[in-house]
Amino acid sequence: MTVPEATPLVQLLTPEGERVHHPDYDVELTDEEYRSFYRDLVLVRRIDVEATALQRQGELGIWAALLGQEAAQVGSGRALRPQDFAFPTYREHGVAWCREVDPLHLLSLFRGVSNGGWDPQDKRFNLYTIVIVSQTLHATGYAMGITKDGAVGDPDTGEAVIAYFGDGASSQGDVNEAFVWASVYNSPIVFFCQNNQWGISTPTATQSRIPLYKRAEGFGFPGVRVDGNDVLASYAVTRAALDSARTGQGPTLIEAFTYRMGAHTTSDDPTRYRLASELEAWKLKDPLERMKSFLYKQQIVDSAFFEKVEADADELAARIRKGCLEMPDPDPVTMFDYVYDEMTPLLAEERAAFATYHAGFAGGGH
Amino acid sequence: MAQLTMAKALNEGLRAAMDRDDKVVLMGEDIGRLGGVFRVTDGLQKDFGEERVFDTPLAESGIVGTAIGLAMRGYRPVCEIQFDGFVFPAYDQIVSQLAKMHARSRGLVKMPVVIRIPFGGGIGAVEHHSESPEAYFAHTPGLKVVACSNPVDAYFMVQQAIASDDPIVFLEPKRRYWEKAEVDTTGTPDPLWGARVVRRGTDLTLIAYGPMVKTCLDAASAAEEDGRDLEVLDLRSLSPLDFPTVFESVRRTRRAVVVHEASSSVGLGAEIAARLSEQLYYEMEAPVLRVTGYNTPYPPSRMEEEFLPDLDRVLHVVDTALRY
Ligand SMILES: Cc1ncc(C[n+]2csc(CCOP(=O)(O)OP(=O)(O)O)c2C)c(N)n1
Ligand SMILES: [Mg+2]
Repeated sequence: MTVPEATPLVQLLTPEGERVHHPDYDVELTDEEYRSFYRDLVLVRRIDVEATALQRQGELGIWAALLGQEAAQVGSGRALRPQDFAFPTYREHGVAWCREVDPLHLLSLFRGVSNGGWDPQDKRFNLYTIVIVSQTLHATGYAMGITKDGAVGDPDTGEAVIAYFGDGASSQGDVNEAFVWASVYNSPIVFFCQNNQWGISTPTATQSRIPLYKRAEGFGFPGVRVDGNDVLASYAVTRAALDSARTGQGPTLIEAFTYRMGAHTTSDDPTRYRLASELEAWKLKDPLERMKSFLYKQQIVDSAFFEKVEADADELAARIRKGCLEMPDPDPVTMFDYVYDEMTPLLAEERAAFATYHAGFAGGGH
Repeated sequence: MAQLTMAKALNEGLRAAMDRDDKVVLMGEDIGRLGGVFRVTDGLQKDFGEERVFDTPLAESGIVGTAIGLAMRGYRPVCEIQFDGFVFPAYDQIVSQLAKMHARSRGLVKMPVVIRIPFGGGIGAVEHHSESPEAYFAHTPGLKVVACSNPVDAYFMVQQAIASDDPIVFLEPKRRYWEKAEVDTTGTPDPLWGARVVRRGTDLTLIAYGPMVKTCLDAASAAEEDGRDLEVLDLRSLSPLDFPTVFESVRRTRRAVVVHEASSSVGLGAEIAARLSEQLYYEMEAPVLRVTGYNTPYPPSRMEEEFLPDLDRVLHVVDTALRY
């Protein structure tokens, strides 16, 4: 998609790692914080690389890579306060990381071991949602509840919600309804759209004739486009939007302009529909490289720092690999559990028959 | 004659339908340049152009809703829903709009819309990619529902569905997409609404459709080694159901077992069992039994083997039916 030159893009770090300033958004971070942003980017990418390798080796059924979207996810994820609540799609591995969800839980979904994995209330990070944009309405309802509880207003303790979705997802009815609801109820929610330029093989131009952030205006709340490969800008813009939400100023739509550097999933073959040159152009805007250059330019890192980050990444990758290989298969009889709060007679009967039937096999025949 | 996979047979069937009638248009997510996630529409956009084969925005209600308008304008839209679990955003358009238009207009408005849906499990997929939603649609008056089980039927049935002036949900058993068969494209197809006896037998009729037809044929072969002669019936059309053919078969075998991946409760098997008991009560030797997915959500893929009816479970229930 060709982006009109005039489209404003909030950027705090150029692709070359040059720190630039923006009149509305800025961040003032300690050296340690800058370094830890970079560390998160590296670790999140390593989770992704390791999971992709495990899929290739047959250990996962499929994997949806976040390659290229690390800055949008780490930036927005770190902007969340502990009391905030995030509603992800199926690709928010970087946000999951920021919410301290064990990557092995994510792998368990793609390995076919679980359909959930973690306690959403505890992590304040909802379960992954595969049906496109259903979660944007859940997020809006959750935000409405915050308002009803009177938990908006205070700049420190006020709560806010963030709902993730993609460029392709922006066409779905549910998300447009979420915009309406959030707007008329002035809900404390941030809609975070990662425009990674593609929805499987479909370019963003098939979803929208205007830049996505501009959609917000029609629904009655502000929209902003941020450089999604710039972790500092993603952080600053999301933090401002969350603060606006938590202090009772209603929703914001953030369009994080980024790029899906990998395939849609490991089942996909992007060479069928996009040019290699496009990927090459985006590689120059790599979110990790730009943060690395910035750290060098600031002279706040040395080679020991990078070695340590690499070592941490190696250790994380090894833990993920080991955990994946050792992940037990679920006992099939558990499929009958938790279907309802109160087990039904039919299901209890099926469960018992199932156990008997499989015990027959274990005993060598039926 | 050519050896074709089911995916390729569908592709050839769509091509033939588009060649025959330039009002046939294909629409859906990623069906153009990509050729669909299962490659069923591979090459069709290249050959027929973007006006006739087009990628839609990502919205299933939009796909079916606009197909209704295109049909009113004289087109014959063939919608692809990417996976079974993603048809539900279009449920209102299908059930409340598409299915009722003909009756509401007293036949003045035709709805020649086909909604293709890859359905069923067995491919190790993540959540929402292995559903069997047929009963929701078969329950809906005004809608027809068919399921192909093999490449030959796939080739002809998709063309017949497109040629029909009724709206049709066309179910494709995704785990059979890669299975091959000889397809004689010059052959004469069976009627779209007819069930077919795919294996003659005397002891019991296995009634199946879509992915379970092969499972039942395998079970019948295995049973033969134990001296049991099972008949296998491929329903092909789930709405309308071809009861004359079902009754004819069960009248001979006097026993029936219905096999489907969908959960049993209020499913196709329940409907078939009810009709059989209404019509053949005194002629049957055993109650109609069912082998189905359990009444649970489709489980994570590491458990799907245990969820799905397989040869052993079919034979287990056949044993029970034969003991009556
Ligand atoms: C309702 C629904 N329809 C179709 C799909 C299949 N599907 C999965 S991802 C995807 C593309 C999503 O694109 P986008 O919203 O841009 O997110 P991205 O994958 O790029 O992160 C599609 C069509 C789905 N998961 N849910
Ligand atoms: Mg996208």
